[in-house]
Amino acid sequence: MSGIHAALLAAIEQERGALLATQLGGQQPGAKLLVYDDGSETGHLSPDSLHDLVAADAHRLLPSGEATTRSYEVDGETVEVYLESHLPPRRMVIIGAVHTAIHLVSFARELDCQTTVIDPREMFATRERFPHVDELIVGWPDEVMPDLNLGPQTDIVMLAHDPKFEDPAMEVALASQAGYIGAMGSKNTSAERNERLRARGFSEEQIVRIHGPIGLDLGGRTPPEVAVSIIAEIVATRRGKDPRGPQAALQPAKADQ
Amino acid sequence: MRDILEDVKTWRDASEEIALATVVKASGSAPRRPGAKLAVTRSGRMSGSVSGGCVEGAVFEKAVEVLDSGKPELVHYGISDEMAWDVGLSCGGQIDVFIEPFEGDR
Repeated sequence: MSGIHAALLAAIEQERGALLATQLGGQQPGAKLLVYDDGSETGHLSPDSLHDLVAADAHRLLPSGEATTRSYEVDGETVEVYLESHLPPRRMVIIGAVHTAIHLVSFARELDCQTTVIDPREMFATRERFPHVDELIVGWPDEVMPDLNLGPQTDIVMLAHDPKFEDPAMEVALASQAGYIGAMGSKNTSAERNERLRARGFSEEQIVRIHGPIGLDLGGRTPPEVAVSIIAEIVATRRGKDPRGPQAALQPAKADQ
Repeated sequence: MRDILEDVKTWRDASEEIALATVVKASGSAPRRPGAKLAVTRSGRMSGSVSGGCVEGAVFEKAVEVLDSGKPELVHYGISDEMAWDVGLSCGGQIDVFIEPFEGDR
């Protein structure tokens, strides 16, 4: 039972999502349960009935990143339990070291997002162009991406406009747990890409995860303006206001229609 | 937790006795929300905060008691006439702080 705080520190350092539940009252104040984002647990609350109630809540609350105290009725008694979720830092993976990517990295950093830019073209993916990015990778995205931890905290943004390396990258993205996937391109380009993905066996449920055309329609034209529209869409989606509406997950993407 | 992580690790490596104080409830204009943490050592080191600085001194004293007893405590801090100059929150908010020994590797 000892060492749960140490286990939480380890989880934070390893960038694993974890939720710590601490019993504030009841039989054993201070008793703890640590729940990980892969569904595993360590620690125990007593009685078992309390443990089960809290564990169920813990798994539900983990993706929120929130901290809160909740009351539970156990054997006619009210027991308060404090739950705090720790999510790994947000990360944005940008495919295509294009002009817009330079500005998008700047905005992402303002939002405390770790940034990675991937492009196989050495001419584009240079430190001179991207002095501010956390990680700059010259390589084929579909070969590099599986080594990155593309979890729910990750935003994947495709800006390359080039199906040659974006299509394989999109297949990796759709197989990942990434919380946001967006791709640059007109309605026609998006519809054509979706058609190719269908032909490759991807379902509508998978394809609808793609925000394409990417970004809120702010009417912007310059690379920094386009970057603003992309970052704005990511914030909205992350805050539960998917600009495509609450039904987006149930309907084909707009670009299909 | 992230903000106090480095300090707590350093103290743990130096075998310091550590207590953690966490805001578990907040209401009114309390300056810090649930999840805010203050870590202290028996020797008087501090990292993080649970308020704008109004109750940290009182939390430290309570934390030393908790390290002595080994028993966690839930403490309520709020403004009240007789406490306003003592350990009240000058901002007018109310917070519940859970204070416990740090459970490291044993």
